[in-house]
Amino acid sequence: MSKPHEVIIGLEIHVQLATRSKLFCGCSTQFGAEPNTQTCPVCIGMPGTLPVMNRRAYELAVRTAAALDCEIAEFTKWDRKNYYYPDLPKAYQISQYDLPFSENGGLLVHDPKQQIEPRFIRLIRVHLEEDAGKSMHDEAAGRDDSRIDLNRAGTPLMEVVTQPDIRTPLEARLFLTELKLVLTYLGVSDCNMQEGSLRVDANINLHVDEGGETVATPIVEVKNLNSFRAVERALEYEAVRQLDVYEETGQRIGDVPKQTRGWDDAAGVSRAMRHKEESSDYRYFPDPDLVPVRITAEQIAAARAAVGERPAELRARLEREFGLGGYDSDVIVNGGRELVDYFLELAERAGDGKLASNWLQQDVMRALNDRAITIGEYPVSAAALAELLAKVKGGELDRNRGRDVLADMEAHGRGVEAAMASLGIESVDDDALVALCRELIAANPAIVADVQAGKAKAAGALIGQARQKNPNVNPGEVRRICLELIEAM
Amino acid sequence: MFIPHESATDLVALIHSGDLTAVEVTTALLERIERHDASLQAMLRVDNQAALAQAEAIDARRRRGEPLGSLAGVPVAVKDNMCTRGEATTCASRMLEPFVPPYDATVIGRLREAGAVVIGKTNLDEFAMGSTTENSAFGVTRNPWDPERVPGGSSGGSAASVAAGFAPLALGSDTGGSIRAPAALCGVTGMKPTYGRVSRYGLVAFASSLDQIGPFGRSAADVAVLLETIAGHDPADTTSVDVPVPRYSESVSRPLENLRIGWVKEHFGAGIGDDVAAAVREAIRTYESLGASVREVSLPHAKYSIAVYYVIAPCEASSNLARFDGVHYGMRTDEAVMRAELDDERARLEKAGDERGLADMDTAMVRLYRKTRAEGFGPEVKRRIMLGTYALSSGYYDAYYKRALQVRRLIREDYDRAFAEVDMIVGPVTPTTAFRLGERVDDPLSMYLFDLYTCGANLAGLPGISLPCGFDGQGLPIGLQLQAAPFEEEKLLRAAHMYQTATDWHTRRPELA
Repeated sequence: MSKPHEVIIGLEIHVQLATRSKLFCGCSTQFGAEPNTQTCPVCIGMPGTLPVMNRRAYELAVRTAAALDCEIAEFTKWDRKNYYYPDLPKAYQISQYDLPFSENGGLLVHDPKQQIEPRFIRLIRVHLEEDAGKSMHDEAAGRDDSRIDLNRAGTPLMEVVTQPDIRTPLEARLFLTELKLVLTYLGVSDCNMQEGSLRVDANINLHVDEGGETVATPIVEVKNLNSFRAVERALEYEAVRQLDVYEETGQRIGDVPKQTRGWDDAAGVSRAMRHKEESSDYRYFPDPDLVPVRITAEQIAAARAAVGERPAELRARLEREFGLGGYDSDVIVNGGRELVDYFLELAERAGDGKLASNWLQQDVMRALNDRAITIGEYPVSAAALAELLAKVKGGELDRNRGRDVLADMEAHGRGVEAAMASLGIESVDDDALVALCRELIAANPAIVADVQAGKAKAAGALIGQARQKNPNVNPGEVRRICLELIEAM
Repeated sequence: MFIPHESATDLVALIHSGDLTAVEVTTALLERIERHDASLQAMLRVDNQAALAQAEAIDARRRRGEPLGSLAGVPVAVKDNMCTRGEATTCASRMLEPFVPPYDATVIGRLREAGAVVIGKTNLDEFAMGSTTENSAFGVTRNPWDPERVPGGSSGGSAASVAAGFAPLALGSDTGGSIRAPAALCGVTGMKPTYGRVSRYGLVAFASSLDQIGPFGRSAADVAVLLETIAGHDPADTTSVDVPVPRYSESVSRPLENLRIGWVKEHFGAGIGDDVAAAVREAIRTYESLGASVREVSLPHAKYSIAVYYVIAPCEASSNLARFDGVHYGMRTDEAVMRAELDDERARLEKAGDERGLADMDTAMVRLYRKTRAEGFGPEVKRRIMLGTYALSSGYYDAYYKRALQVRRLIREDYDRAFAEVDMIVGPVTPTTAFRLGERVDDPLSMYLFDLYTCGANLAGLPGISLPCGFDGQGLPIGLQLQAAPFEEEKLLRAAHMYQTATDWHTRRPELA
């Protein structure tokens, strides 16, 4: 049996900021252009060129730090991180070393499925830096040429570093999911992992309980994590592997240099990466080409005020004001701020949060999914849908007829009344309804007998028959009238 | 009229009035370069056609009656570490021999707007690292006053070209004295402006926090015109300062009243040549005779300036020059040779069964870096890259770089205190006059001490001007340095002009062989 232990995880997340131009020059940051078409003398590091900071990138970064409850420095500066690599044209990366623009802060992580208790994961820092270019190694056919694309070089990156507060691979995934949601709400990044606008490295080791003494195992950095699910799987794998290694070798932290391992998602294993210069010395020093950045206390306060409701706060509001459960609030909030706004208007007008939530999730979101559109493109306004819900709630339409009406509204952009008219739905007058009920009672003595015997449920069969004869009848009304007539017999 | 000896201001006036064409001026100077530069080697590259085309364009503007710029038709020589669009910019290094920038440095753009003719690129110590111009990969520049002697450096080519009459004006860059020292040794006037006064965009960086572009001329009045043209804020250089640029060319001839000058005891201590000390003392007396008051001021931390400078400058250089790795531009080692070398090495190690050796072998990428840099840089550049890399390394940063920054602040504060008492500090530029070629190439330390009086202004970001104040017993020029508080270039130019009105040292010309 393996020894009791705790898994210790810290994450480093690189997020590309959604600016139109790069961090230190005017080149476009658009993804997918032909290699080396979005470059200029500055971002390819030509001699004599100088960087000029993109203030917009700094503003987006400050907005993020405010949303993550970080302390924001009134004075920050740029440092050079010196290392050689062909996709780093200046042979240094402009980054932030000892005075990042923000520190501390954190993010509350919750699990909609409630497998874990909500946990607050602290952040060490958030800083800004420029991205490197991309190396494309063509190792096939014995070629060892590499090609370099510098389109990405100089793209603004925000690095978010957590404290080693994460205790399970699941928590790591949930943290990333929540972080991505916050960043999406802020509009600071598109967080597209496929395009590399969100990248994750994980540090993991174990604290093994050796009869009361806690022994820390060597820290391993895991790279090449291409999805949040991959992060979770890699960390699950790595925790088991590290325990095996520990039990075999007894290696503790400090016994061996920090190792970097690459995750192979297809094979489901991590592999040691060849890393000749294990202890790189980046020779950080302040970049003399850039003036320090200053921000006033008032500007920081304004950035904090502009953050608005964050996902966690919205979930709490949906639960508090509209009585939704944790699962429902999570689904709606995960749909994005626009969807939440749609819900709020719908629930407000319909006067029924749960009904609004059900229709939003089961009908509207399904339609969005099927048609691959956003809520902004959805043809039925919250006001129109609220009218429909009022009719359903009032019993004028049952759920199925309501769906037919909604489908017609979606397809033709019609209002509720027009959609009902086009479907031939009209209210049946009371005399006709009573006549129909009498007819059914006369034709179904067995059902009548059941009802009289106290099985009120049996009346359901009468409703079914009534709808077959006239689809416009209000099922509730049919039921009420039939029960009244039988009672009076 | 002898065009090569005319001042820039006179040439502009003659071209504006039509008494002289820009083509006549450029032709005269190209001929002089043709005749004398084979022995001086002040110029690295002169493109006669390109220079004449610029001059013709100015003459065409005049014929059409279009407005002419403040330097219309005036040839300017440019140190070859400032980028010129479509023309090689080598920094006198093998590393950048094939480099043709697709952009003009901001100062070059401003010269072109003013109608100046960029007549050629001048020699320098490789990447501006040196005090003699002997560190150029493309030949040694000689001093026009004595071709067996150095012109000073690193802007030796620019200083020599102005002294020799190849151009009335030149641009240099000054990181620790690289404009002021060669100006002194070549008997011309040269200024290092306040850090941030002139845009560095397009200047190939040596030490970014110290580098500053500045003008050379044969008088303070000419230097004033060129500084006025190139100074001012540039959005492409965030370290350039947004402070209005005075009309130096108009104010330069106004004498300063109640001028308070200071002298520093340490400037006359061990190491200074007798002739230099005597000439500088005489210059101070000249200022007194012009009504200035003189007092001694103290710069107690000045004695650390060489030590501080030779930590900070190499640190920044080691990072600035890291980009020259053979990957993106400039030279690259012969890859076929490199691969053959690696194959031989591998075969040898395999034969010897040396597993460890095989594991430690360079990858092709690392070897490409190593060989390119080994072949592309000269010894002084390598020395400074190694110094800087060492000083920035983990474990040494605090003892060297951080400490140097702290002392740098103390040096700046010394100057602040001094300039509360006096308008200018007057002193020598260099400890001695021009020494013989090759005399100090094997003694880097004595070479570094040559920056003793100049590098303080770079560390403190102050303006300084160097102007001729006499000749030594061998007929070699002696320089006088004036330093002032930040953005007081106007004061320096007016003070220099006052001196040049009272003396004629600046009017002496070397006789070229």
